[in-house]
Amino acid sequence: MSYELILVRYGELTLKGRNRKKFEDLMFLKLKQALRSFEAIGYEKNFGRVYVQLNGESYDEVAAKLREIFGLHSFSPVLRATHDLEDIRAKALQLMRAERPVPRTFKVTVKRAWKEYPHDSQEMNHLVGAHVLRNSPELKVDVRQPDVELKVDIQPQGVFLYSTMIPGAGGFPLGMNGKAMLMLSGGIDSPVAGWMAMRKGLEIEAVHFHSYPFTSEQATEKVITLTQKLAHYGGKIKLHLVPFTDLQTRMAQSGHDHLIITFMRRTMLRIAEKLAERSGALAIVTGDSLGQVASQTLSSMNVIGRTISIPLLRPLVMMDKQDIIRYAEKIGTYETSILPFEDCCTLFVPKSPATNPNLRIVEKAEAEWGEELERMIDEAVQGTETIVMTPNGRLVRKKEAEAAADRWF
Amino acid sequence: MRTFYFDHCASTPPYEQVVQTVGELMRLHYANATALHRSGQEAAKLVERARQSVAQSLGAKPEEVLFTSGGTESNNLALKGILFAGGRRVPKHLITTSIEHSSVYNTAKQLERFGIETTILPVDRTGRVSPSDVEAAIRPNTSLVSVMHVNNETGIVQPIEEIAELLAAFPQVRFHVDGVQAVGKVPIRWASVKGIDLYSGSAHKFRGPKGVGFLLRREGIELDPLQEGGGQEEGMRGGTHNLPGIVGMSQALRLTMESMETRRGNMFALRRQLIDAIREIPELVLNVPEDEELVSPQVVNLSYPGMRPEVLVHMLEKHGVYVSTQSACSSKSLKPSRVLLAMGMGEERASGSLRISFGDEHDAKDVGELAERLKMTVAKLKPLERSRG
Repeated sequence: MSYELILVRYGELTLKGRNRKKFEDLMFLKLKQALRSFEAIGYEKNFGRVYVQLNGESYDEVAAKLREIFGLHSFSPVLRATHDLEDIRAKALQLMRAERPVPRTFKVTVKRAWKEYPHDSQEMNHLVGAHVLRNSPELKVDVRQPDVELKVDIQPQGVFLYSTMIPGAGGFPLGMNGKAMLMLSGGIDSPVAGWMAMRKGLEIEAVHFHSYPFTSEQATEKVITLTQKLAHYGGKIKLHLVPFTDLQTRMAQSGHDHLIITFMRRTMLRIAEKLAERSGALAIVTGDSLGQVASQTLSSMNVIGRTISIPLLRPLVMMDKQDIIRYAEKIGTYETSILPFEDCCTLFVPKSPATNPNLRIVEKAEAEWGEELERMIDEAVQGTETIVMTPNGRLVRKKEAEAAADRWF
Repeated sequence: MRTFYFDHCASTPPYEQVVQTVGELMRLHYANATALHRSGQEAAKLVERARQSVAQSLGAKPEEVLFTSGGTESNNLALKGILFAGGRRVPKHLITTSIEHSSVYNTAKQLERFGIETTILPVDRTGRVSPSDVEAAIRPNTSLVSVMHVNNETGIVQPIEEIAELLAAFPQVRFHVDGVQAVGKVPIRWASVKGIDLYSGSAHKFRGPKGVGFLLRREGIELDPLQEGGGQEEGMRGGTHNLPGIVGMSQALRLTMESMETRRGNMFALRRQLIDAIREIPELVLNVPEDEELVSPQVVNLSYPGMRPEVLVHMLEKHGVYVSTQSACSSKSLKPSRVLLAMGMGEERASGSLRISFGDEHDAKDVGELAERLKMTVAKLKPLERSRG
């Protein structure tokens, strides 16, 4: 069936006033960006809804894109008929027959926006409904809880018919709620946390810690691939690759074996906070899920989280692993996440990491390192390599040194 | 006494930022940009980044930018590079003008000694070469036409776009434009005027460092290198890259191009003010047209007939004002200005010319002060005038 239009509905209808306007403007921009590659497409704005005119572009391809746009409530493929009753009836039947799963009950709702149309809404309900019933013996009318509601919108320029309502990703258009840094380890959880943050309108920059030569190049490549997959939803995502070898080897020699992970996590957050400051991000997103591993006990979260002052967002904190995996599969990161390359958190892991670290001991040990720790953190930030990933691959590989060269140009 | 530097056509005070950049790069990136190790690679990256930046500032492609040691080298490379390319089986023909800078004019003379046929075109009273003269001079063996964009003594703009257009009918003829005085002062339409094949620029004329310049070269145009060496600049210019200079130039060029419209406005205002002041001094005659359509904004040329210009220069210098006689490159010779003679001015006027050129650091007060000191100088010299024959 060839649809002419797609009716797009925005989400978060509770927004009011200026926020609403900002939402709609950004939403429209994101919609256009997402459909940029379809050159023939046109747009028609109408009270918080948008009609996408396909002008010959493939409905299926456009629909696949629409499903991924954050902030979209739902959309419907629309058939267009002339004002001729027979044409309207034929298109109505066509729509009903294309419904999957095959519905058992339906109802027709007619909106007559063009008041000069000869039949009123009630008459039209019957005229269209009866035609569908006559030609589909298995269908019944149910006005209260129909499987399908067939909508007929009569406008001066033609008649629009639609029935299916395909849910969108919901949330907010990307960037509406500012920017956050995503701690991206390479595991299953953090890409899902990133996707969830993006769905809620947060632009993200990913931060990854590597301990080359202790971790392999492939571990880094894996994270690059994950970022690329996330960029599928965000268009373009920066990935900061932080050299962590020196800090990690230093902590491994701290004499507090069971606290190594606690030290590492705290240090990572501090580095991420510094990068956040540089990037203008106001939060750090992690894939922590309560109780999952030693560093994600409530007690660990308490000791680790205290090291920074910007908000720490944990979208997965109350989710079960199975649900997280389901999301990972849905957003296409699962296959990459389970590749067997070690990230730096699995290195030098003690036999029994602390599940109940003592904040006082941790802070005391860090205070003993004092300036050395500060210096090493600064060095790690200095040595951070930033690459930009797009859905199609790497955009720029920019070293800190190169960014420093900006002042010469 | 405060001194006033009004010799921007000779050289300009560099941007403070550029001075810093050059210093930092000398300190930090001393590695040779052709070296294999990381330090060399970093230097090479900076050179390429500078190339992109220069290209962007001029509306060119990065691969069209060649780095040289300055305007003179760029002009030599353009002329000799084209005329020597492909051997010397047939004597080639070069067309240029009588008002070119010495780096083109004298190169043309030198090429003549190498057996290149040379036509040197005259200019009219307004100092412009006529496109129809160019067309009429073309021979079957003409390989190159070289015309400057802005004259260095008078600021007069040459009709290079019209020449580029008519040369489209002669695909074997390359067109070189010496843009040394034009960059940052008049618009350069490299991207849209495809008929220009080569374009020279020099960093120290637009507040960059000395010893560095560029030659824009249309893709596919072969140049025989002036300097053979390590294959730098696609083999067309051997020699270790002058990294601090190259990056400094790219920065100065960006700054100068970004601000061109504002600066043009400012300089034209100063030019008008200065011309009005000169009018008030009956001993002085103006050698440039008033019409701003015809000129670049940064220079005024005048004569004190009956007075040797170096006397004027040294007198003004005593009053803290630095200006030039004709062009800096020819000022040591006491010959009359070739450019003014070509414009049909008499020997006395052409021998006594003074070039006043200004830049971004000047304002109306400075030009007022200049006019005042000029007036004072003339008054002092008045009794020493030779009789006006």
